[in-house]
Formats: sequence, structure tokens, C-alpha cells
Amino acid sequence: MTHLERIDQIIDKHQAEPSLLIQVLLDIQAENHWLPPEALDRVAERLKVPMARIRHIATFYKAFSLTPKGRHEIHICMGTACHVRGAQRVLSSVEDLLGIRPGETDLELKFTLETVNCLGCCALGPVMEIDGRTHGKITPSQTAEVLKNYE
Amino acid sequence: MARFHSPEALESYRKGLLTDRDPNKPCIGLCTGSACQASGSLKVAERIEAELEKQGLKGRVNFRKTGCHGFCERGPMVVIQPEEIAYFQLQPEDVPEILTRTFQEKTIAEKYLYTDPQSGERLVRESEIPFYKFQQRLVFGSNGNIDPKNIDDYLALGGYSALTKALFRMTPEEVLEEVKKSHLRGRGGGGFPTGRKWEESRRAPGEIKYVIVNADEGDPGAYMDRSLLEGNPHSVLEGLIIGAYAVGAQEGFVYVRQEYPLAVENINLAIEQARAYGFLGKDILGSGFDFEVKVHRGAGAFVCGESSALMTALEGRAGEPRPKYIHTAVKGLWDRPSVLNNVETWANVPLIINNGADWFARIGTDRSKGTKIFSLVGKIAHTGLVEVPMGVTLRDIIFKIGGGIPGGKKFKAVQTGGPSGGCLPESLLDLPVGFDELTQAGSMMGSGGMIVMDEDTCMVDVARYFLDFLTDESCGKCVPCREGMRQMLKILTRITQGHGKEGDIERLEELAEVTGEASLCALGRSAPNPLLSTLRYFREEYEAHIREKRCPALSCKALIAYYIDPEKCQACQICFRKCPVMAIDGGKNRIHIIDQDKCTKCGTCFEVCPDRFKAVRKISGQPLPPPLPEEARVIVRGAGKKAQTIE
Repeated sequence: MTHLERIDQIIDKHQAEPSLLIQVLLDIQAENHWLPPEALDRVAERLKVPMARIRHIATFYKAFSLTPKGRHEIHICMGTACHVRGAQRVLSSVEDLLGIRPGETDLELKFTLETVNCLGCCALGPVMEIDGRTHGKITPSQTAEVLKNYE
Repeated sequence: MARFHSPEALESYRKGLLTDRDPNKPCIGLCTGSACQASGSLKVAERIEAELEKQGLKGRVNFRKTGCHGFCERGPMVVIQPEEIAYFQLQPEDVPEILTRTFQEKTIAEKYLYTDPQSGERLVRESEIPFYKFQQRLVFGSNGNIDPKNIDDYLALGGYSALTKALFRMTPEEVLEEVKKSHLRGRGGGGFPTGRKWEESRRAPGEIKYVIVNADEGDPGAYMDRSLLEGNPHSVLEGLIIGAYAVGAQEGFVYVRQEYPLAVENINLAIEQARAYGFLGKDILGSGFDFEVKVHRGAGAFVCGESSALMTALEGRAGEPRPKYIHTAVKGLWDRPSVLNNVETWANVPLIINNGADWFARIGTDRSKGTKIFSLVGKIAHTGLVEVPMGVTLRDIIFKIGGGIPGGKKFKAVQTGGPSGGCLPESLLDLPVGFDELTQAGSMMGSGGMIVMDEDTCMVDVARYFLDFLTDESCGKCVPCREGMRQMLKILTRITQGHGKEGDIERLEELAEVTGEASLCALGRSAPNPLLSTLRYFREEYEAHIREKRCPALSCKALIAYYIDPEKCQACQICFRKCPVMAIDGGKNRIHIIDQDKCTKCGTCFEVCPDRFKAVRKISGQPLPPPLPEEARVIVRGAGKKAQTIE
């Protein structure tokens, strides 16, 4: 199946209904880890919504990305509970290790670094989540050790 | 699955369920809420299944993967019924011992019980543990006894009986009156009387009306809505259907964050099962009432928790709020009357219908009825979700239930109400928790986040943190919110970086006033609360930052320096090796010194210095002692003596 056929499938699942635009984009994002331009063109065409509205949504909501992501996605929780337990220091240490800031991807497309506002695992704070796996009660000095395990 | 066409059919099915279910048959309830899953409860689940098989217990013991039990600090946890034995912090390898002890030897695996920190006594039953003992878990309590993926579990506990009562023994007006009489107020933040909202919608003109569940739980540090939706989705759904009946709505929506995958999965499954049983769809239980529910995944925008923004998002657009001269209850989604309530509010509805408004109104205080679930997090011994009747004091929640502050630290403040709330100091610990009490104190109930802070938390930084969060989340539609917060954040960032100047506090107060008065929606209007409450109760911390360039909590990076106390350093070389930027000058038997020009203040040395030495200190607002001359740095270790410094 070609890439665009798959996009069509997602659109069909939501009956090409313009009010379900966000749901369509969420599914495309989940599958590709970003919103490729040709996919957005297709969505605009089939849902009959202007590209301006699609881009408004794609830049308004946090879940969407208009650039490709790395192989591994790092989410560092910056929720209040993690914040008071030192999340900022954990973030700084990861930034220093990878040389990227939140929202950025490294040149080898290995890691994408993101901050999130609460993963709801407050008992485990500070929390760093990589590809959905939670690393709880993490200290700045442990981050290097954890990141080493990802290729 | 059979669709029920009458309340009698449901009741006879329920009766059958209860006859089949022996209440004395042992049942292992393992918490598989998101927090326990993060600490590995799914691995424990696999092991339990394998071990039940291996020990030949399969037919004798039931096993249930339940929703969140609330005591997240001690997860993964199991509760074994009917004795209610609670085991905590389980790893897969602990499972064989627990099963052998409990079911083969009929004793208790003491090692995994909760130990009371004061008496040192091991407590067996869940309800004896102080964390649970002082709670009143009306809404949240069933979580531990239900497999959220199995509607029969909910039915066995009397689920959907409130719906049959409403549909067959009450008119919509009577349901509405009951909710009004209960004085239930919105659990999502505003505390608006639920019954009044419903009434407004019911009376509003128009054939088509909507009811909506707000599960766009965005407050950092709050996760009770997620746990309810994950752990007991049918209670929310039942409340929603009853609400739809009272209001006269035919369609409902659940707006849930896509960041909560398990909640999305469980509510979708619950809707499917409810539809199959005839609690949703056409002619519900043969009553003639039609109702459908759809799930909408939110794509991540804090402002979408605001009612008009949420409804705009449901329409498939960017979720920006609009002025609410006309309430959303009258003109909401697609300009039609729409009732939006929080997850916890909906979950309260079946309780009120089943037990009556008078029962509900007896719980709580004069103006705040019922219970409230709080997420107790931060610098607290027992992190978790707690449900207490309104009117309980902050002190009881934090110290009796939460077990106080860990690590012998001193309590400083508790932050309630999320980014729209405020920080309350120790002097207000005896404040009874209620909507109006918290607002008067400069904070708010919000959705129930309760973040405890100790002496190491800098209050200026907390205010900066929340403004940073809100500046990022402001949709940008109105100027006071977008620009006011940006300027406040700039000033606060400057202060925490040591560049504060006289007049900053006054300027902040001025900006806060305008932002609070002139913003379009509640996000902007309540944004100054964290700033104003910290200024009200912790003004001296602001002054120390501005005048003395000192951070009293030793937390603001730009205002502190790490320093190795030569009296305490034993030249163990741990920090020397761990320092990521090689800023430590040390070596064998040489007292270590931090090169302040190289130091990035990452705090690694402070963290790794062994507790028995505690040689690394943070210094703020005063000059560092001069470094030791080279000859004084040698440590000579004599026999029998631990260490000695020669002059």
C-alpha cells in the first residue's frame, strides 16, 4: 500500500468529515510521527478544508509536528510535582548530553527531545519517558547511563 | 451479549451475576492504573497469571486487573479479597512467595505489607492503613474492585441502577431537582452549581442539545480524572446518560486528552459495551429515550479545558475561547445548548440519584457538598489520589493521609488549583478545604491538584514556573493574557536570574491586576493567582532575590554556588569522577575544590557526595570562602584515625 493510500484509509475511517479534522490529523501523526506535507494536501483536498485551517490546527495543538522526529522520543515531565523534585536539572543534563533543546531533533535523527506538562506519574517524579517507557525518580547524573541504551 | 429491553431484564441479569459470583472466593485485585503500569505492574500481572497456573490455583482464585487504587507511591500493589490483604511495591519475582503464603499456607507474606512509620507495626488490611483510613472514597472507592474493561464488574456492584431509577421512576424535571437539591458543584475548577447549569440548558430553546464530559485534564500534577476514566469509566458514562435525560440531550461527547491512551481505550470500550447492553442507542432499556456518545481525542492544548474553547475544538477547529456573555449552556457546541461537566462531576451523579440529594448534602460543608478527589503530590511521603469529604483541613490531608514531608524536611507551602490556583503557607494549614474557603485565601479548588512544597522549593521560581506554563499555553487571542503574562514572566525570570531591581514587585502587581481584570477567559483571569499568592505569603523571598541576590531556598541556579567544605571532604573522588564538566580539582588524598569558572551548577557533586560526609554545600547571597592553599589540601590518613588534615 502506498503512503497516500494509507492516508486515504485514515480519512475514510473518519468519513472525510470536516469536523473530525483533528482526529484525522492525530491518526496521521501517530502513524508517521509527523505530518508530511503531501498528507496535509490530501486531507485538505478530501475534507474540503482550507490549508490555512489545517496549518492553524497543526501549529496550535501540541500533539502535531511539521518536521520529522528522531527514532527515539524523549519526554521529560515538567509537571509541578516533577518541577519541585528537580525536573529542570534533569532536563538541563539531557540538553547538555544531546546538544539539543526541547522541540529539537539531533542531526543523526536519533533523539527528539520534548517536555510535557504532566505524565500523571507524580509518585515517580522526576520522570523521563523514552518511547513510552518510564524512567522514574531519575537524577541528573543517571541520565547519561539511560540514554546509552538507545541506538 | 444480550441487549436489555427493560429494567427487569437488567435486574434479572444482575441477580444471575451475583449468584455466579461467590463473595467468599478469593480474588486478587492488581492495580493496573497508569502510575502502577509505569512501575511495572503489567509484568507482575503476567507473573500472577503464570503462577496461578503453576500452583494449581486457577479455579480457586480469581484474578482481576483493576484501575487505580490511589496509593501510587507504593505501587505496584495488590489487594486480596475477601480478607482485604494489601501488598505493596511488588516485583514479578515476589509473586510466587505471595501466592504460596496467602493461598497454600493461609498465612500472610509479612514482608510486603505496609509498615506504619510511627509504630513500626505491619498493617494487613488496606482500610487500616492511615493513607486510606482517613479517606471517604465514595466516587473513587469502586476503582479497586472493578476490571474497567468488564462491564459485568460494574453491574455486579449495582452499576446502572441509578440510570434505571432515573429513566423509570423519575421525570427529567425530578432528576434535575434532585441534582439541584444536592448542591453538587463542578469539580473541574469553577465550582459552578451543576444543577443550575443543567436547568439553564433544559430551558434553553432548541430541539438539539448536547452533554459533554470534560476530560481534558491539563493541570500539571493532577491526574484524578484520568484515574477515574481509566478505572471506572462506566460511572462517568452512567452519570452522563442521566444528565442527558435530565437536560433533554440526544448526543454526548467525551473530550479526552490523547496523552492518556489508556483512558481513551477504556472509555471507548465502555461505550461499546454499554451500547451492546442497551444503555446507549435507541430506546434505552425500553424507556423510549435515545442517546449516543462519541469520543473526541484532544490534541494537546491546556486552554481547551475552558468550556467555550473545548467546544470549538470539538467542532474541529483550533480551540480558542470566546466571550461568554451567553453561557455555553445556552449556546455552546454548534451554537446549541450544551452542558459541559468535569469527569468527577459526572461520576457523582449516579451516587446522588441512587442515594438521594439529602444523603449527598449531609456530606461536606455548608457551601461545598460531597467529597473531592485530590492528587497529593510533590514533596510528600505518600503520593497518590485521596478522596475526602469537603471541609477536611489541609493539615489532615497532608499529614494524616499524606504522611507529611519526607527526608526530615520542613513544610513550606501547598499549591492547590493548578496554574490558576495559589500557594498557601503553613499558617493556613488548618483551613477547611472547600470552594469558597480556598478562593478567599487567594487560591482555588481547581480540579484538585495539591502540590506540597518543602524548604528546598523557591517560591519565586514556583510563580515563574506557572507563568512560564501559562504563557506557553495562552492561545494568544486576547492581548491582556498574551502580553501581560509575557511581561510578568520576563520580570520573574530576571529576578530568579539575579537581575531583579527595585520596583519589580510593584510592576508585577500592576501587570497582574490588568491581566486578571481584562482577559477574555478564565485562563488569563486566574493566571496572576500563583504570583499574587506567593507575593502575599512569601514576599520576603522576592525581596531577598532582588535586594540581596539571594535565593533562600538555595534553588535558583544563577544565585547559588556549589562549594566543597574542606573540613568535611574526605577526598573520596566520587564527585571528582562524576562531574560532567571536570570542574573539580581533586585526586587521591587531596581535598577537592570546585573551579567556579568551569562549574555549570548541575548539582551532580551535591547529589553524589556520600551522606556520611555531606561535604558539598550550596551557598547563596554571600561570597565563597577563599580556596585552600595547595599545601593545606593534603589528607594524611593515620592508623585508626579516619582522616586528618595537616596545616
